[in-house]
Amino acid sequence: MEKKVVIKLDNVRRNFQVGNETVKALRGISFEIHEGEFVTIMGTSGSGKSTLLNQLGCLDTPTSGEYYLDGVSVRTMKRSQRARLRNRKIGFVFQNYNLLAKTTAVENVELPLMYNKEYSAKQRREAAIEALKAVGLGDRLEHKSNQMSGGQMQRVAIARALVNNPAVILADEATGNLDTRTSYEVLVLFQKLHAEGRTIIFVTHTTEIAQYSSRNIVLRDGKIREDVFNPNIRNAAEALAALPAPED
Amino acid sequence: MSFINLFKIAIKAILSNKGRSFLSMLGIIIGVGAVIVMMAIGQGSKQSIREEIQKNGTNMLTIRPGADMRGGVRLDPSAMQTLKQVDYETILAEAKFVNKVSPEVSTSGQAVFGSNNTTSTCYGESPDYLGIRLWEVEEGVFFTEEDVKKSSKVCVVGQTIVKELFPNGQDPVGKTIRFKNIPLRIIGVFKGKGYNNWGMDQDNVIVSPYTTVMKRLAAQTHFNSILCSAVTEELSDQAIEDLTQILRRTHKLKDDEVDNFTIRSQQEWMETMSSTMDTITIILVVAAAFSLLVAGIGIMNIMLVSVTERTKEIGLRMSVGARGLDISNQFLIESILISLTGGILGVLFGALLTWGCNAIIGYPAVIPAWSVIVSFAVCVAIGVGFGYFPAQKAARLDPIEALRYE
Repeated sequence: MEKKVVIKLDNVRRNFQVGNETVKALRGISFEIHEGEFVTIMGTSGSGKSTLLNQLGCLDTPTSGEYYLDGVSVRTMKRSQRARLRNRKIGFVFQNYNLLAKTTAVENVELPLMYNKEYSAKQRREAAIEALKAVGLGDRLEHKSNQMSGGQMQRVAIARALVNNPAVILADEATGNLDTRTSYEVLVLFQKLHAEGRTIIFVTHTTEIAQYSSRNIVLRDGKIREDVFNPNIRNAAEALAALPAPED
Repeated sequence: MSFINLFKIAIKAILSNKGRSFLSMLGIIIGVGAVIVMMAIGQGSKQSIREEIQKNGTNMLTIRPGADMRGGVRLDPSAMQTLKQVDYETILAEAKFVNKVSPEVSTSGQAVFGSNNTTSTCYGESPDYLGIRLWEVEEGVFFTEEDVKKSSKVCVVGQTIVKELFPNGQDPVGKTIRFKNIPLRIIGVFKGKGYNNWGMDQDNVIVSPYTTVMKRLAAQTHFNSILCSAVTEELSDQAIEDLTQILRRTHKLKDDEVDNFTIRSQQEWMETMSSTMDTITIILVVAAAFSLLVAGIGIMNIMLVSVTERTKEIGLRMSVGARGLDISNQFLIESILISLTGGILGVLFGALLTWGCNAIIGYPAVIPAWSVIVSFAVCVAIGVGFGYFPAQKAARLDPIEALRYE
């Protein structure tokens, strides 16, 4: 059975006006991502990764071309409509976690649901606790963001991305600020979510990460240079176990 | 986002920056406190003037000479000699809405008893005077019609006169003092009334029959004024109309001539005083309100800093689905909360100042209830007015830029 198309880009272009010059950040990007894929998007800096991520995350709209998220065209949407779309369909994971300071894990995870009137305070909290359990932080519910390690903070951020049950999770260099061991721990978590059927897009410039995803898209100069499926997905848990024991 | 959540976020934001929040509230606290205390002083003064006037009888009418023209020159009312015995007698005989009438003549001079002396004013009145002014005789008696007829050399004196002329605590009743070298026997002493609102000592008076003052002291045949008492306060206006008709007749004024006297009721007097106090109050309150304006600008400033500081948080909130409206509401509620809390503390501060006015300085000050309500309304308006611009700035942020902000 053919899986549902979650993301469809059709010749998406994005130009920026810098002074008198037009910078073409995206020069006609087209691809489809199906439900349950774990896609890494790679490229050097200046390749258009961030611009593409902003498009995928509905933070920006294309200059031309069409982007369909879950079958809905984003290009003509107003700001507030896109905000609602982000709230319901997208979960963001950032490089620097972006947790609210002096706020507990549960409250941080509740944040997206605060902007969704369909959730009552009780439902919100229950959903947040469930998401935190899913990322293995069931015992850190009331810890404040400044009382947690980088890895734990990133897990809270992932829980926050999961809590609204999004169509796609967008991770932007999600392991960029973490040490090797913690990076693998986070990758293990992403693979677990992938195995549960979630759609994940992981933007990174670390080539290694592509080995753990099911598909790899490489950008260069605003165009797709490579788009390959990975038949031999490495297991992050094994890689983590193979790491030398931490020295004290 | 629901308002309860926005409220919680705002409280959290304010509490996480206690010092700064308090400093930005301080302007509002001082401003509202100043407005409250100014209004309280205004209201208190008005009330005490009202009480003062009421003490003298709310139905008192004063007829004065005035508005007289001689060859196109308007005369000084005190120099006019239009109020005569005939006016008094006609009023007594014909006026329908007044029940007490007293002509008034006054003269200033030195009062002497033994080796003591004091400067005072002797008022010539009729026996009705006591009832018109609602004064009381504490000791002895007031003079009678008989004394008026005989121009008796008697007087009733105020407490200040007693204090000045009888410093050793002698009983003044029965003693004879000299006023302008005329011997006057003291037959009564007024109950003390203290100073009035204009700083006049109401106890520094000598009251004698008007005939005595006219013939023996002032040597004049006209009255300075005529005091009447309307039957009731409500009938004051009719009484004035009636008295005007009588006086126009006795003064033989033609239809096209203006009145050469004026009649004023206590109500008018009260209204005049009230409106004067209102004007003063408005000036004071406007001055205090300017400090609220400055406080509002302070809040706007701190909110702008807060928006800049929390750019990244705004970016995050937008990325997880906050609309511009959610963000602007968040900051608006925060600024309203700051100014409203400042307002509540300001009202308390104003109440404290008012209490200090009453208890320490002894100035009568009363906080009008509406001034508290107005203060709160103004605080909310300040919160919205000065929070709007920073809130809009926050709402218009580009989520991509905001997320990247360091």
